[in-house]
Amino acid sequence: MDTARVPSGAPPALELSRVVKSFGPVVALRSGTLTLESGSIHALIGENGAGKSTLVKIVAGLYRRDAGEFRLAGEPVDFTSTAQSKAAGIAVIYQEPTLFPDLSVTENIFMGRQPSGRFGRIDRKAMRAEAAEIFGRLGVTIDPDRITEGLSIADQQIIEIAKAISLDARVLIMDEPTAALSGVEVERLFAVARSLRDEGRALLFISHRFDEVFALCDTVTVMRDGSYVATTPIVETTVDELVRQMVGRDVSELFPKLEAELGDDRLVVQGLTRAGVFHDISFRVRSGEIVGLAGLVGAGRSEVARAIFGVDQYDSGSVVLGGKPLPKGNPRVAMARGLALVPEDRRKQGLVLDATVSRNVTLAIRGALSKLGLITSGAENASAQVWASRLEVKTAFLDAEVGTLSGGNQQKVVLGKWLATEPSVLIVDEPTRGIDVGTKAEVHRLLSQLAQEGLAILMISSELPEVLGMADRVLVMREGRITGEFSREAATPEAVMFAATADAGALA
Amino acid sequence: MTTAPAPVRTYRAHAHPLWRRALVNREAAVIGLLLIVIAVSLAVVPNFDSPLTVTYLLRDLAPILLIALPMTLIIITEEIDLSVASIVGLSSVMTGVLTQAGWPFAAAALTAILVGSLAGVINGFLVTVVGLPSLAVTIGTLALFRGIAVGLLGTTAITDFPEFWTDLARDNIPGTPIPLVMILFLVLAVGFAVLLHFTPFGRSLYAIGLNREAASFSGVDVGRAKFTLFVLSGTVSGLAGVYFTLVYSNARGDNATGMELQVIAAVLLGGVSIFGGRGALHGVIAGVLLIGTLSSALRLANVGSDIINVITGLLLVLSVVSASFLGWLRTQRLAALGRRKSTQRSVS
Repeated sequence: MDTARVPSGAPPALELSRVVKSFGPVVALRSGTLTLESGSIHALIGENGAGKSTLVKIVAGLYRRDAGEFRLAGEPVDFTSTAQSKAAGIAVIYQEPTLFPDLSVTENIFMGRQPSGRFGRIDRKAMRAEAAEIFGRLGVTIDPDRITEGLSIADQQIIEIAKAISLDARVLIMDEPTAALSGVEVERLFAVARSLRDEGRALLFISHRFDEVFALCDTVTVMRDGSYVATTPIVETTVDELVRQMVGRDVSELFPKLEAELGDDRLVVQGLTRAGVFHDISFRVRSGEIVGLAGLVGAGRSEVARAIFGVDQYDSGSVVLGGKPLPKGNPRVAMARGLALVPEDRRKQGLVLDATVSRNVTLAIRGALSKLGLITSGAENASAQVWASRLEVKTAFLDAEVGTLSGGNQQKVVLGKWLATEPSVLIVDEPTRGIDVGTKAEVHRLLSQLAQEGLAILMISSELPEVLGMADRVLVMREGRITGEFSREAATPEAVMFAATADAGALA
Repeated sequence: MTTAPAPVRTYRAHAHPLWRRALVNREAAVIGLLLIVIAVSLAVVPNFDSPLTVTYLLRDLAPILLIALPMTLIIITEEIDLSVASIVGLSSVMTGVLTQAGWPFAAAALTAILVGSLAGVINGFLVTVVGLPSLAVTIGTLALFRGIAVGLLGTTAITDFPEFWTDLARDNIPGTPIPLVMILFLVLAVGFAVLLHFTPFGRSLYAIGLNREAASFSGVDVGRAKFTLFVLSGTVSGLAGVYFTLVYSNARGDNATGMELQVIAAVLLGGVSIFGGRGALHGVIAGVLLIGTLSSALRLANVGSDIINVITGLLLVLSVVSASFLGWLRTQRLAALGRRKSTQRSVS
């Protein structure tokens, strides 16, 4: 690999050292360390929640760090806005660029800083010429005069890159740019990235795809749990080594897995398909069993759960609950038949934040609580009392609005709300996202106990240790398909991570 | 591993004692203001204490009171029905035309009410099945229903109705200055209050208004609930149209023009949030009575109608401002609480 290296001695283009960022009680970034050299492409990898996005947002000026050092070309900086970050020569290209669809490509590139000619008029000729010149340098053919609407995402990213070049950005950050691109488009993007490197710019490439990291990058930094793990030249490492660094921790101790007796099939999903979202999903969950559904964010796991529960539709396939087919698209029937879904987004889907603890816990059982069609606050409070105390929700009053509780306690309220329906099958989607370690352990213990009592649990989680620690069986999804199934014994972090990230074609 | 039995915690149901919950809220404030207005008017406004004042006041307020009931439920689900006054007009015209055509009055009235229901079905269909915003839909049907009403009867009016029925609409409960129609209202008000405050359906309406997505994840059929409300709104408006026709012996296409705004103003004044999810029926009833009593007292005190409009308008603006001010105050308090919590945590 022909790596363009800057002469040693020059300070790195960008340097972050032990950067910390927390949001209230949640620490998103414990110790972020990253060094980008000019004329080099650097990869940043890590599991979901490892702190990559937080790090990027600090560099982009969206967040302000709580502690740690941040230098650009040797000079300490402290951005309070994205404008400052841009002015300092940093450009971030996101997965899905936000351009003005009704304006031309050229106008988008120069938005807000159009070169002016005589009498303050916009100098369209100069603007157009520069746009054409940049596209020429990048070796791409996009008509600078066409309107942006209808351009592919790949072309839109190129426009963002052109914008960065016209600003003479020294540091370009690409946050999972290839997620929505086809093979040819990826190749073109890589060619552009290499030509930028050869111009002496520093590039940061965030990706979940190892093949791309190895094909494009010069160095790689791994993050885990909000902390820096290692930085290695790409030629000195392997996929296995990187996966170990990404996962690397002892999982069995954290997760108290109780032995449960497995019973009948409670939930059987056969060939579930929704065009463009998920394809041919088949699995079963038995009584007493915890089935983990692993994969990266965006693999289609939540969509499958929502389709089974009935809040979304599916095109073909079948769901059998407790031995009888479950009609699609009807959450009320699903609930009545003993299915419960703790959704992914507790603030939007799981809770009515402005309503009280009591009302939230009893929202899904409001029918069952009523006598002769009437429901009283007394009945609601009595039921809320039972579930809040069983889950040890920390709130002083049952009429406190749920939005005032901490994330962990909110999650307990959602769990209580669904356990109150006395389900036979429980789907939990990211049951411990964004909650503190102590509460996490409580939730895990609870799920384990419930399985022991005979509940069938499907647990969707992007946290590998959680899946491996809790599940009797692990299913892995990638890009809408199940790409792996492992027994508890066979489910190693490496195997699961590989199934979640590697190209299915390459596996075969 | 062994798990210790979870300590059973007892939670207090309420942060504040009953008297405070009952007295420190928007509904109580509106009721209090209503009592003050009544007391002051009794003291200083000549003739305010005459039985006729009470009779005429309640007679005029009855259609607004009736329509405010379903309107409250609709606004709690974060929707709105602007077509109610046009449905009153349409129902009034139907009553007149059918009576004139020789139908027995009861049949004509029932048909008029059903036409109101049908109007509600149209609104509900467009909002829940087609998925259009209710604001746009009911602005459209406001014009549509009014257009049909005026078209059916032109500029003429039908004024001949069976005396039995007009008397029923105008008579008072024997021995009181209170019109008989208030009994009908009371029955409906209790029905709507039970529906809103003591049924699973009512619980789901608040959930829809506060977080539609979470409601549907909890098994609430959002579309069916809203459809039901629009049909109820149309039906009650149809009923109000029949009453309107009888009490004034007058079926005209332009009856009750603009009443939708009076209804909505009173509902908002009564403490229902225009953003959905908050409000109670007793507050709304007090809101209707407050606006009605205030303008009646001012009229008796010989205040000009434009000044009355200015005063009721100001009252509304103040009520909305005070509501958002209180909301702002609450978020400030919560934010301060959150800050205190997080500093405590980082210290420990």
